[in-house]
Amino acid sequence: MSDIADRVKKIVVEHLDVEEDKVTENASFIDDLGADSLDTVELVMAFEEEFGIEIPDDAAETIQTFGDAVGFITKAS
Amino acid sequence: MFDLTGKNALVTGASGGIGGEIAKALYAAGATVALSGTREEPLKALAAELGARAHVLPCNLSDAEAVTALPKQAIEAMGSLDILVNNAGITRDNLFMRMSDDEWQSVIDVNLTSTFRLCKGALRGMMKSRWGRIINISSIVGATGNPGQGNYAASKAGMVGMSKSLAYEVASRGITVNCVAPGFIATAMTDKLNDEQKGKINDQIPAARMGTPEEIAAAVLYLAAPEAGYVTGATLHVNGGMAMI
Repeated sequence: MSDIADRVKKIVVEHLDVEEDKVTENASFIDDLGADSLDTVELVMAFEEEFGIEIPDDAAETIQTFGDAVGFITKAS
Repeated sequence: MFDLTGKNALVTGASGGIGGEIAKALYAAGATVALSGTREEPLKALAAELGARAHVLPCNLSDAEAVTALPKQAIEAMGSLDILVNNAGITRDNLFMRMSDDEWQSVIDVNLTSTFRLCKGALRGMMKSRWGRIINISSIVGATGNPGQGNYAASKAGMVGMSKSLAYEVASRGITVNCVAPGFIATAMTDKLNDEQKGKINDQIPAARMGTPEEIAAAVLYLAAPEAGYVTGATLHVNGGMAMI
C-alpha cells in the first residue's frame, strides 16, 4: 500500500474510530464507516492539512469512499 | 463565573455603540479581542482604551473578499478564533413601495451575507478545537417587523433562521450558535429614527425606557461563556418587555 493510502487510512481510523481492516478500497465513509455528513467535511479538512493541498467543495463532494480519497489526493499532490 | 481567559474573540461593528460595549465586556472577562469595523480611528481609540489584548482589524463588510479574509486575519493576529460576534449592521430605511433594489440588497449583503461568510470562515478552527461560540446580533424587528424597515427586518429574521440551522449542524462539535435580539437601545443607529417613531416605540416598552449597550453586551457575554454551553439555537430577547417572545 502506498504511503498516501497509509496516511489517509490513519486519519480515517482516528477520526471515525473504526477498525483498520474495515477501511477498504470501496468502504464508504457514510454507509460503511459510520460517518455523518459533518464527519466527511472534517475528514476533508484533515486531508487538506496532512497533505498541504486545497480540496474545493465540488471535489470534496465526490470523495465518498476511502479509495476516492486516496485517488484524489494522489492526483492532487 | 463567565471567565473567558485564553479565548480569542472577533467583534464586528466594534466602532459602534453596542459593538464597542460587547468588546469591552469580553475583554473584561479575560478574552483577547479583535475589533473590526469600517472606521479605523474609533477602533484604534477603543483598542488603546482596552489594552494589550485588543487588536484592530478594519473591514468593509460589503466587500466579499475582505469579509472572507477577516477570520483569517483574526486567527493570524490572535492565534485562534473561539468567539465570533456578528454585530455589524446597517439600515437603509424606506417605505416598502419606495424601496430600491440597492437599498434592499446593501442591507442584506452587510447584515446577513457577511454574517454567513464570517461564520463559515470561523467554523474550521472551531470544529478542530471542538469549542466555539457564535453570537449573531439580530433585532426585535426581525421578529415583529417595523414599518420602513422591510430590508432590515428581513436581514435580522434571516439571521435567526440561519443561526438555528447552523446550530443544528455543529452542536455535536461543542460549538453553539445563538442570537441576541436587542429592542430599542440608545445608540447612534436609533438616533436616526424620527421623534414620531421613537415616541411610538417608547410607549410600547413595559420597562418604560430604552435599553443600554451594556445590557446587550451582558447577554453576549453570557452566551460566549463556558457556562452557556448547553444553550444553542436560541434567541435571547433583550428588549425591556417590548416583545415577550
